[in-house]
Amino acid sequence: MDEKEYESYVKKVTPTTSLAKNMFMAFLAGGIICLIGQVLINLFIKMGLEKETAINYETLILVFSAILLTGLNVYQKLAKHGGAGTLVPITGFANSVGSCAIEFKKEGQVFGIGCKIFTIAGPVILYGLFSSSLLGFIYWIYTLFSH
Amino acid sequence: MDYLKAFLIGGIICAIVQIFIDKTKLMPGRIMVGLVVLGTILGFIGLYQPFIDFAGAGASVPLLGFGNTLMKGVKEAVDSEGFLGIFLGGLKTCALGISSALIFGYIASLIFNPKTPD
Repeated sequence: MDEKEYESYVKKVTPTTSLAKNMFMAFLAGGIICLIGQVLINLFIKMGLEKETAINYETLILVFSAILLTGLNVYQKLAKHGGAGTLVPITGFANSVGSCAIEFKKEGQVFGIGCKIFTIAGPVILYGLFSSSLLGFIYWIYTLFSH
Repeated sequence: MDYLKAFLIGGIICAIVQIFIDKTKLMPGRIMVGLVVLGTILGFIGLYQPFIDFAGAGASVPLLGFGNTLMKGVKEAVDSEGFLGIFLGGLKTCALGISSALIFGYIASLIFNPKTPD
């Protein structure tokens, strides 16, 4: 089997439909989570809350629900099908915090839960904070010259 | 219309990220870090807020929105506090997301036990 034959063989046996299917499932799962978010925001605005406050309550409920579903081992099952659809929304972040905390509780309050709760949250917070501060520094220099 | 936009835009963002996951085999943690950092950059150049105004939860619920919120906090704080704002702003605006995840996550660890894989 020469190289070309091998390549075409690999192409043939590699499932090509799986990416399309994964994308569709991610679209569906992510779309539904965002839709729920929008329903909550509109509901809170209808109840008379300011938009910012409505968004805060929406975030709170999404995070709470995601962690509850994580504890009940439901979110993990959804994530198996939803892929990026369950990872990309804020609920994916909440899931990673909750699941790490639960998984390592046997290792103790400090070095188990205390450390491991930051397994994913730590890098996300660190690099988000670092890049926003770096850009904030550039923005600060810009404000010095624009006033 | 709000609902359709949130569903479609949120879904499309997730479908695009799915391509990255499938093609690069990046771990979820790296994907999340990448999204938040990308969100701060899009927020910095002023693209993300108009996008949220258009797509609502479809843009704010994905972690890109989390990065944008961080950046928004830093920008606002720099506007009001100057140099110190670089260090004051970020955690302020995204405090709710971080605190709620950590607090509920901790409570969950007290209540629930890890499931053994079946």
